[in-house]
Amino acid sequence: MRWIWIDRILELERGKRCVTIKNVSAAEEVLHDHFPAEGDRPAMPVLPNPLIIEGMAQTAGIMVGHAGDFKEKVILAKITKAEFYNAARPGYSIRFTAEMDNYSKAGASTQGVCELIDPHTQEASPLAEITLMFSHIDHNMAGLAFPEHNFVFTGQLMEMLRVSGFTSDK
Amino acid sequence: MTHDEVFEKVREVLEDALGVDEDEVTPEATLGGDLGAESIDYLDIVFRLEKAFGIKINQAELMADNVLSDPQYVQDGKVTDKGMEELRKQLPHADLDAFDESRQVDEFPNIFTVESMVKFVESKL
Repeated sequence: MRWIWIDRILELERGKRCVTIKNVSAAEEVLHDHFPAEGDRPAMPVLPNPLIIEGMAQTAGIMVGHAGDFKEKVILAKITKAEFYNAARPGYSIRFTAEMDNYSKAGASTQGVCELIDPHTQEASPLAEITLMFSHIDHNMAGLAFPEHNFVFTGQLMEMLRVSGFTSDK
Repeated sequence: MTHDEVFEKVREVLEDALGVDEDEVTPEATLGGDLGAESIDYLDIVFRLEKAFGIKINQAELMADNVLSDPQYVQDGKVTDKGMEELRKQLPHADLDAFDESRQVDEFPNIFTVESMVKFVESKL
């Protein structure tokens, strides 16, 4: 299953910032059910907000992983804040900008801004603000052991880096 | 900075990190039990305290989690005499008397009260 909610990485600055883009398409199946027409109400296809949070988690997660040379298993551990100001309709793009707030051996906190871009006018308007916490799970407080294999930065996310023109060591 | 000023700032940090109301953050409230902190929240609290007070915190120094993962200090889920000695040495900001009675590792997060956070920050200023 493909679980990638960003389309391209635009900027990646080590330990500081990552910018990605996601195009919202009417062809995406999830939009057909969110929300379908009901009674007199016409269909209102919008990208569900939890998937916008996932897009930010992937954007910020790549930034956090990159800061540790993709050696750490970076897991989304907490959605500290998610505030939405608009809805993401098909035909628009979402620009995710994640910035590193704090980074340590145990994990990281990130600040994120999502903007809705109208490809017709190129105008950007606020979509959401999302603050996240990530855990480096091999250094978790509970002392739990996880598989040695890095199951976070596997094919899909690393492939995203490659097709966007970045390498993991750049 | 006075004790009250430190308390006010710690209270703001805990309100933001844990999404709790001002009146819940009393000096004797426990972070894990009363305020519902989970493990990742402690890292969030550490990051926020560092920023609010301009200090550097090593999480192990605040929580002594290195002691609880060490088999010489913990046996059958309980902290040994040697372990208690080590905890008292590493956590002068915490009140360990109640914990000393049960010594159950899973009750350990309850020793961290708002007041113990304030004392810890004061020791770093």
